[in-house]
Amino acid sequence: MTPALWPPTAQEIVFLLLSVVAVGSALLVVTTRQLVHAALWLVACFGALAGCYLVLTAEFVAWVQVLIYVGAVVVLMLFGIMLTRAPIGRTADLDSGNRVVAALVALATAAVLVTVVIDGFRSAYTPLDPGTGSAKSLGGSIFRTWVLPFEALSILLLAALIGAIVISRTDIKGRE
Amino acid sequence: MHVVYPAVVAALLFSIGVYGVLARRNTILVLMSVELMLNAVNLNLVTFDVWLRDQLHGGQVLTLFVIVIAAAEVGIGLAIVLAVFRNRQSIDLDRLRDLFEPPNSSDPDGSQPAATKVTTGVGPE
Repeated sequence: MTPALWPPTAQEIVFLLLSVVAVGSALLVVTTRQLVHAALWLVACFGALAGCYLVLTAEFVAWVQVLIYVGAVVVLMLFGIMLTRAPIGRTADLDSGNRVVAALVALATAAVLVTVVIDGFRSAYTPLDPGTGSAKSLGGSIFRTWVLPFEALSILLLAALIGAIVISRTDIKGRE
Repeated sequence: MHVVYPAVVAALLFSIGVYGVLARRNTILVLMSVELMLNAVNLNLVTFDVWLRDQLHGGQVLTLFVIVIAAAEVGIGLAIVLAVFRNRQSIDLDRLRDLFEPPNSSDPDGSQPAATKVTTGVGPE
């Protein structure tokens, strides 16, 4: 019943190409020597991930990813880079001294996770039928089943907004 | 679609994020690596939602919630980074060592200059 892992179908080929782009640009984000380039590679990584969501029929999540991550989060990062007067251009001291240890830890994490995941989901297969992740079905379940977490999340966003304003303003003093 | 492919991609993205958090020195780059890890989790959530055919769409709704929480986290995090930059003129993680306790307390290297700097920077004179 389950098709063989190799050769991949057309959907899987598209997904694999997009994920190669995502993983490659993520590697560039954590290894590039230029701060602004890291933010721009982050755009490429998030865009490729949005394409992965589209292939996985999660179209609403894909567009939210494009809007919020590519549109808002990366722009915030660029603002942070500019406001902290980071050096534009090639800088040598973006990495701390424990690069080797970090690489070892990351390689160990990757080895453990990839081994466990391949061992656990070797035979798992799902056919993709379009329309299951559309805005209609997702909106229905958000505003029926998950409406209480949704409201809590709006409170959280409000608190984060006020907190960010209070932290970043300089004319608000603490209590004397 | 085999579930192995997105799961392996998510594992690789998560490991790249771990490397970035541990190896980078600039605070904004560490925040970017945290975003990479959150995106790996999102990919897993979407994959398992599609695989398990959840009628309530719990995985995809939780992905949306994670995206919103990540946006809030970036906003607060950048505000904190800017506050640190205003007080220290640096967002170098290796130099933010005020909580470091020197081995012998007579060593004024780590704590003394920073403490005076804070009191002169924030004090109400």
